[in-house]
Amino acid sequence: MTGLRPYRAIASARFRMLLQYRGAALAGLWTQVFFGLVLIMVYEAFYRSAPAVRPMAFAQITTYVWLGQALLAMLPWNVDTEIRETVRSGAIAYELARPVDLYGAWYARAVAQRTAPTLLRAAPMAVFACAVLPVIGLGEWRLAPPPSWAAAAGFVATVACALVLSCALSVLVNISLMWTVAGDGAVMLFTTAASLLSGLVIPLPLMPEWAQVGLSWLPFAGLFDLPFRIYNGHIAAGDVAMVVVRQLGWTVALIGSGRWLLGRGMRRVVVLGG
Amino acid sequence: MAGAFGLYRAYAAASIRSQLSYRASLVMTTIGIFLVTASEFVAVWALFDRFGQVRGWTLPEAALLYGMSSVSWAVCDAIGRGFDVFGDMVKTGGFDRLLLRPRSTVLQLLGQDFTLRRFGRLAQGLLVLGYAAVAGTIDWTVGRAVLLAGAIACGVCAFLGLLVLQATSAFWTIDKLEVWNAFTYGGLTMSRYPLPLYRPWFRAVFIFVIPLACVTYFPGVVILGRAEPLGAPAIAGWLAPLAGPAFLALGLQVWRIGIRHYRSTGS
Repeated sequence: MTGLRPYRAIASARFRMLLQYRGAALAGLWTQVFFGLVLIMVYEAFYRSAPAVRPMAFAQITTYVWLGQALLAMLPWNVDTEIRETVRSGAIAYELARPVDLYGAWYARAVAQRTAPTLLRAAPMAVFACAVLPVIGLGEWRLAPPPSWAAAAGFVATVACALVLSCALSVLVNISLMWTVAGDGAVMLFTTAASLLSGLVIPLPLMPEWAQVGLSWLPFAGLFDLPFRIYNGHIAAGDVAMVVVRQLGWTVALIGSGRWLLGRGMRRVVVLGG
Repeated sequence: MAGAFGLYRAYAAASIRSQLSYRASLVMTTIGIFLVTASEFVAVWALFDRFGQVRGWTLPEAALLYGMSSVSWAVCDAIGRGFDVFGDMVKTGGFDRLLLRPRSTVLQLLGQDFTLRRFGRLAQGLLVLGYAAVAGTIDWTVGRAVLLAGAIACGVCAFLGLLVLQATSAFWTIDKLEVWNAFTYGGLTMSRYPLPLYRPWFRAVFIFVIPLACVTYFPGVVILGRAEPLGAPAIAGWLAPLAGPAFLALGLQVWRIGIRHYRSTGS
């Protein structure tokens, strides 16, 4: 396993660096609590207005919403600003001189970028949603524990797969910067797709019935929706294997296409002397 | 006053010219923002598609609130961008330069950046507003049209007040506080749905503290000709939007206090 050592080192250095942003995490926490409360009140009103419609139990919805707010930083929603700078300034040429695989190095950075902020935010958010809400009399809005040990174990497994999938998507966004140097428009569209189609903006089971199959087969559902529905019992714990296959299938496909695109992109790199 | 307006026009024109020199990038990001904001409406549409109605409100009716708040926020975001980047100006000491000039700081910040690409958001908001006006059963009168325009203008003031308060916090904390995002973006999300959906304590915040409900919900109910279930008097829909300009005036007052506390970071 010595071949992996440099990548582990890159990931752990970035990870420790990103753990420093505790103030930002705390400010984000308050905003996410607020958004969670607004969303839950809106869903609650819709559920009370149409008692016949139950794509998912209300208690499952609140759990789904809080999981999304807690794990928000795990979505591939932003580019790696340092990579963007290397692409812009042309310093990416130095990368060619390094004795590591560029895709592997970028993937290692993505692992740190997706885990460190998530760890900082998830724990306080979980405390709020599990413990504080019932104390202040809003117990019906809380983040409920999973219905069974099997669901809990399934959640842990599928979140781990969601992480590797999210990193593959993150690297792909970074690679796209090689073509769209300004990049804001394309990245914006990707971010939107990721937050809408993963279930962050609205739980996917609340989307129209005809869209359900299509949504669940897109890679984005594997980021949030599928793991969350295993947690709250909307997907039976017995179906975990199926979810994992989808997540890892997409991960392999995205890593493959990412490597191919990066190779093409690097061949196009023209470095001006100086 | 006339001089101030002329100066603002000159600032805005310079900003617009500079953005027009990167036309392709401007078009791309404008379209990008249009699609991003359109996806926000997808969530609203999906809920009504599933549940049909909420507390007797249908999609075209809720779309009126959505359109009003989106257009207000888009205009505020386009003109108030200077306040948005204000935290960086304090950090770098760039604010010192503004203080040296013999013009009001508010005016200079407003003229800082007139962001054209926000038109993507404006276009989306206007489209939803158009849908609400046509698809709904609104009995349009001159009075209601005037109320709609007035409420949107007051909404711009209310959002601008929030931006000013957010920027003001930077006088004490050096960086602008992200916690305000809960009220700007959270308030924007809140104001897209009818107010009775929310719990009483939550409603009270957005009526009496940050008056976003006063510039969308209360005039919206009057325009739609709906009965107001929260027990507000009939005249409230016409007068409540004035809370927007009042809130902005309050924000500017706090801003003036903040300036007196300003100590340059010195670089």
